[in-house]
Amino acid sequence: MRKQVPAREDLLKGIWRENPVLVQTLGLCPALAVTNSLANGIAMGLATLAVLVASSFLISVLKRYIPGEVRITAYILIIATFVTLVDMTLQALVPDIHKALGAFIALIVVNCVILGRQEAFASKNPVGRSVLDALGMGGGFLLALVMMSGVRELLGNGTLLGVNVMGPNFEPWVIMILPPGGFFTLGTYLLVFSWWRGRRSKARKRAWPHEVTSPRLPEPEEVVA
Amino acid sequence: MSHHELPTVLPPAAEPAGGAEPNAVQALPEVKSSRLIGTLAGFGGLAGLILVLAFQWTDPLIKKNQAEALQGAVAEVLKNPVRTQRFFVIDGRLATEAPAGADTLALDRVFLGYDAQDAPTGFAMTHSEAGFQDQVLVIFAYDPRTGSLFGMKVLENKETPGLGDKIVKDSAFVSAFEGALAPLIGVKAGAGTGDEHEIDMITGATISSRAVINIINHRIEQVDPVLKAYLEGEQS
Repeated sequence: MRKQVPAREDLLKGIWRENPVLVQTLGLCPALAVTNSLANGIAMGLATLAVLVASSFLISVLKRYIPGEVRITAYILIIATFVTLVDMTLQALVPDIHKALGAFIALIVVNCVILGRQEAFASKNPVGRSVLDALGMGGGFLLALVMMSGVRELLGNGTLLGVNVMGPNFEPWVIMILPPGGFFTLGTYLLVFSWWRGRRSKARKRAWPHEVTSPRLPEPEEVVA
Repeated sequence: MSHHELPTVLPPAAEPAGGAEPNAVQALPEVKSSRLIGTLAGFGGLAGLILVLAFQWTDPLIKKNQAEALQGAVAEVLKNPVRTQRFFVIDGRLATEAPAGADTLALDRVFLGYDAQDAPTGFAMTHSEAGFQDQVLVIFAYDPRTGSLFGMKVLENKETPGLGDKIVKDSAFVSAFEGALAPLIGVKAGAGTGDEHEIDMITGATISSRAVINIINHRIEQVDPVLKAYLEGEQS
């Protein structure tokens, strides 16, 4: 039997230590494509969070009734239903945001963070833990998108949420809101995260020189292929 | 060549569970096809039901949003008329009523604005053509009697952020359409002669700027006789 994992751990691991974008490097397509303004980043993050939590809940509830042979089909059907719901809701309630996100809302269906969590976690764990895991991973995705879109909008447009913060003399770095800017920003974050992880593991080695394995390695079944 | 031989050298893995070779996959109990089909049909039905309910709830809201957005844009380009009237362009004439059973949103529409004296000021109309990346949808207002434009607003575009999307954000470009005379002529920024037909194109967004100018010119070319005929008919 697996040892008991505290609920806090289920929630927090996705937000920082196993952040889907910045650590696991999953779901990069929306992370690069729609982070050219903070409002878009927040909307995309929230939409993905909503789909992830709803589908994790439903799949965890129904996991006993889904035969293994058709599980991927069933998961995708459930995810696609929630994505369409989110798509229609955004179009009805916040048409401007919907217009800005364009085709990327529909593409949440194929966001590997979502299918990955269903396959790796929700289909094997109780409902409560699955929802916490989804909240954590969705929160981590939202955080990564906010971190990326904030930097890109600030440098590329001189604004945050459309409010000018850099003053009238700032010349926007237009490249930051173009596709290359997405790669620059993501690359810089990945560099910082990997440097920070390396530093931490060195510090750990100094503190416990004889430690053989890192106790913080993720459980094997939580590693998404 | 070797890939033709591949199926023969492969173990008979394609066979369903229950074959001769014992491995982990075959240890699973066999699931009846009917159960697989039933599960997927059940999920499909449930998904369909949820989506139909969601559609019924959101569709009126979406239509209302679109109508409001269009109404706002019409008022904006016509410079806040006292009232507007919608016409359908049918067979080279303006009609106030759509033919029975026709989808009013799919018909060619123009909006006539009236001032405080209830005199017609000009027509607002939309048109879309290819820009740099995708279709650009523009609404503009125009007085066919004088040939002058009131204003222009880009409703939909997917032009390059920071460059092509200046056709929306560059206030100098947008305001240049106010008072300009049709047909418009796009000129390189700063190279104009002050002619009222000229619009300074945006540096770095020449294709998008030209697209907006062409959209307006083509649309005016297309409906100008109809609009003129209507206004002349109303005056006489």
